[in-house]
Amino acid sequence: MAESKGNGLQSALRRRLLMGLAGVPAIALMPRMSFAAGPATATVNTTGLAVTDTEVTVGILHSATGTMAISETGSIQAEKLAISQINEAGGVLGRKIKIIQEDGASDWPTFAEKAKKLLVNDHCAAVMGCWTSASRKAALPVFEQYNGLLYYPTFYEGLEQSKNVIYTGQEATQQILESLNWVAKEKGAKTFFFIGSDYIWPRTSNKIARKHIENVLKTKVVGEEYFPLGHTQFNSVINKLKLTKPDVIFTDVVGGSNVAFYKQLKAAGIDLSKQTLLTISVTEDEIDGIGGDNIAGAYSCMKYFQSLKNPNNEKFVAAFHKMWGEKTVIGDVTQAAYLGPFLWKMAVEKAGSFDVDKVAAASAGIEFKEAPEGYVKIHPNHHLWSKTRVAKALPSGQFEVVYESPELIEPNPFPKGYQ
Amino acid sequence: MLGDYSLTDLSSIFVMQGFAGLILFSVYTLMALGLAIIFGQMGVINMAHGEFMILGAYMTYLCSGFFQTHLPALFPAYFFVAMALAFVASGALGMLVEWALIRHLYKRPLDTLLATWGLSLILQQAYRTIFGPREVGVELPSWLIGSVQVTDTIEIPINGMFVMAITLLITAGVALLMYRSRFGAQVRAVVQNRPMAGAVGIDTEKVDRLTFGLGCGIAGIAGSAFTMVGSTGPTSGQLYIVDTFLIVVFGGAASLLGTIASAFSISQTQSTLEFFLSGSTAKVITLLAVVGILMLRPQGLFTLKVRR
Amino acid sequence: MTRAPSSTVHDNPFMKPMEWISLALLVAVIFLVLPMLLDAFRLNLVGKYLTYSFVALGLVICWGFGGILSLGQGVFFGLGGYLMAMYLKLEASSVENTKIQSTPGIPDFMDWNQITELPWFWKPFTSLPFTLLAVIVVPAFFAFVIGTAMFRRRVGGTYFAIITQAIAAILTILIVGQQGYTGGINGITDLRTLHGWDIRTDRAHNILYFVNGGLLVACILFAQYVKRSKLGRILVAMRDKEDRVRFSGYQVASFKTFAFCLAAVFAAIGGAMFTLQVGFMSPSFVGIVPSIEMVIYAAVGGRLSLFGAVWGTLLVNWAKTTFSESFPELWLFGLGGLFILVVLAFPNGLAGIYRTYVEPRLTRRVKALEPAPAVALPHAAE
Repeated sequence: MAESKGNGLQSALRRRLLMGLAGVPAIALMPRMSFAAGPATATVNTTGLAVTDTEVTVGILHSATGTMAISETGSIQAEKLAISQINEAGGVLGRKIKIIQEDGASDWPTFAEKAKKLLVNDHCAAVMGCWTSASRKAALPVFEQYNGLLYYPTFYEGLEQSKNVIYTGQEATQQILESLNWVAKEKGAKTFFFIGSDYIWPRTSNKIARKHIENVLKTKVVGEEYFPLGHTQFNSVINKLKLTKPDVIFTDVVGGSNVAFYKQLKAAGIDLSKQTLLTISVTEDEIDGIGGDNIAGAYSCMKYFQSLKNPNNEKFVAAFHKMWGEKTVIGDVTQAAYLGPFLWKMAVEKAGSFDVDKVAAASAGIEFKEAPEGYVKIHPNHHLWSKTRVAKALPSGQFEVVYESPELIEPNPFPKGYQ
Repeated sequence: MLGDYSLTDLSSIFVMQGFAGLILFSVYTLMALGLAIIFGQMGVINMAHGEFMILGAYMTYLCSGFFQTHLPALFPAYFFVAMALAFVASGALGMLVEWALIRHLYKRPLDTLLATWGLSLILQQAYRTIFGPREVGVELPSWLIGSVQVTDTIEIPINGMFVMAITLLITAGVALLMYRSRFGAQVRAVVQNRPMAGAVGIDTEKVDRLTFGLGCGIAGIAGSAFTMVGSTGPTSGQLYIVDTFLIVVFGGAASLLGTIASAFSISQTQSTLEFFLSGSTAKVITLLAVVGILMLRPQGLFTLKVRR
Repeated sequence: MTRAPSSTVHDNPFMKPMEWISLALLVAVIFLVLPMLLDAFRLNLVGKYLTYSFVALGLVICWGFGGILSLGQGVFFGLGGYLMAMYLKLEASSVENTKIQSTPGIPDFMDWNQITELPWFWKPFTSLPFTLLAVIVVPAFFAFVIGTAMFRRRVGGTYFAIITQAIAAILTILIVGQQGYTGGINGITDLRTLHGWDIRTDRAHNILYFVNGGLLVACILFAQYVKRSKLGRILVAMRDKEDRVRFSGYQVASFKTFAFCLAAVFAAIGGAMFTLQVGFMSPSFVGIVPSIEMVIYAAVGGRLSLFGAVWGTLLVNWAKTTFSESFPELWLFGLGGLFILVVLAFPNGLAGIYRTYVEPRLTRRVKALEPAPAVALPHAAE
């Protein structure tokens, strides 16, 4: 009893304190109002986001520390590049983007905590972030509850669709089906062996792949193996590969295990120029750690490779190297992360507002013709239409594209017949 | 599952699988040896063991870069230099840590654990700052890549055999050092009775420092060797730490023989199970067996009988 | 809950005046100062930190008083959290909410893993009373099994520490590997209601914060009761000279097991409250890293002080959040440095600093202070 009474009093006081605090930045920025070029703040921001007459706040939420920092660094760099380019070109609705960066520390609960901080404390108009499915799953309820907007860059397993998330990477069917068709046709593959890390993305991806192989291609899966995340010893499964002699090794191993797997595969005398290996988890970023020599000859299927030949991409690669150094490689997810700020900018401009509901509603149908991967379009289910490409790993650490789907592939996060 | 294959196929797979088990055994032994020395001989839990290993791996990475640009002619032999350097670097860092940190905590063994945990966080961040957050690729000399064709169907990876050879050498070296040398006698004397060892004129502080340095140095060699089979990044050390601790605990912490026996039994169980079951199921069964045995025999496989 | 102690202050030598003041200070901070100063988001964060302090509290009992360092407290925190999450998840997975699944009515992650029926060990968790009971009983039983196996064979000290650590590692791998039953690495997410009450609103967070605070104070009082009882004194005696206690005819193993079980139950309560306030549970709370971090909280606060455990938890987490917000790429240096500093320079943590520097001055002013209790003495042997 005493508690709830005290509580009421405190929250009233707290509210008053908060309102007082919220006023401070507005007052501080008042004199700069005359410089604003865009429409009045009151009209473009009706829900209390951190939008002033000159600035709009966007969050970046990735792991800068911990095991995932290896992968997420590229995404952070791409998002910062995109935002700086947008700012140079005049910002969004006349407002410069201000970044608040938070560290998810490779720890899913931290992602949820920081997501909440970015939305509730900092009132970010949008958040570019998350990488692993687990971090997205942890943060998603926060984005839905506080009505935030998340641009999620990683290719992932699908089975999800949210008003509050724009998925700028591919979902599993986009990535997998086309490449399986290619390998069946081009290499005459009849038997497949799956090797993956043991968590939701590889398991779901392999499930989709298996259905496609068995029901559509009418061929066979001769083995399916999962290893704990961080596993470093693959000699036993390599022996199984030697025994079963599959036409195609289909892998979705991630993280440090990836490096161990390819090094041991090579050491065991499996020559990837003779043995077809198709992977959905190796980008240029991973090859950096694996070593180009160790994986040369493997095929990777992604929507983007650094070596893509088109003017958009050449411009993007040059800008990226200028900002982050010549040696930095650009993988699929890095490019997808680069799309996020632009897609958000265009949706905001189409909606004429920063309000999350309006931006989310305006997102469907947004086209981005300057995308490094070519041309992308947001589907009403908030995923991107995109092409799928198969490329061969070269000893230099780059990929040579050998196949490109003729049309944009429709995203289908809940594929019928594949579940 | 084996019915469809020919007899020659099967027999060669069994041979290769046997080697896979031995390689895993070598990897485990090499990982656990440094930790076992420090924990078994000094009672100190070194939570930064994985980071000492990664220091060795980074030394190898630097070495490979250096030989490639400055001494390309000697590149095939760089790996030996790298391993020596890894031993020296990790050992030196270990002795520094002992001097700055551990020696103040011998009376509080549980606290060494917290302090070394803090150290591991700092080292991880230091690697990230110096070498960047991404993994680095270590270029191997060509003679270490590929496999030896024993028969038409039997192939043994060279780097696996190399790891086995190193493990054998180091284990033999450590055994000699511990049980046949003056230094070993001193270490064992200090373990059994510190005040008495001091009283007979052994410089216990020096022995402690050298023991700790030795353990860390071996971790460095292990890290250097694992660049052939695994990844090198700021947090790669964490990949090994769980397995390493399990092996030391399961072996009964105070005995080198126990560590080797435990590495052998865990690696054989896992490698056999991995072949017949799926990888993660094999891991789970192995771990459950380890816990089950630890419940029945919590002191581990082998224990040193010391009167307390 | 907050008023109960004040009625007993006259007739019970339960706590010393200084301890009453500490308690009053803690209660004031948790129930008045923080709720007034912080907004809903930060308050919820503090609520989350306070759930860790249950673990630190348990560690003070089993590590500080009993000399048993467990590096596997994450296991119990996780068990408590998972058991609670199982109930909440089942409630969130009504047939209506999950109609897009191939098997509606089961948790979403089971559906993704081709499980078509609720596993038997999930079934009882449709009942709230059963769940609440399980949150206490299951971890206690688990701790009892481990404790009995270890302590009866006189395994202790560092060796016990790394065995518990191994158990934490194994449990994590089990949970991650059995994703059809446990949600795998994602954990159990998207929890919504507790017996029909939406736990995601600010108001619910507020109420849960106060429930959490109340439970914490209750646990502190219970721990204080244990500490003052004969049992607590035996624990301390055992820590300092185990053989003498054994030769005096006490069953050393049973006392140790009790302390370990109590710590496990505290951790599990913390875990369950964590799930309620944060809205999900994941294996990242079970493994080695969180278990060690929780030990650090207790160490920073002072392993011998019940109140220190709470302050230590709050301080470390505050530092962690602040460091990581201001220097996202460098905060590990700060955190690692803090651990080393505490261990080297302040082995008795905040409470030690307080006793060495603050208390002597206060003592001069507060009259009629009794001599410091036995446990407050810095102990040489461990």
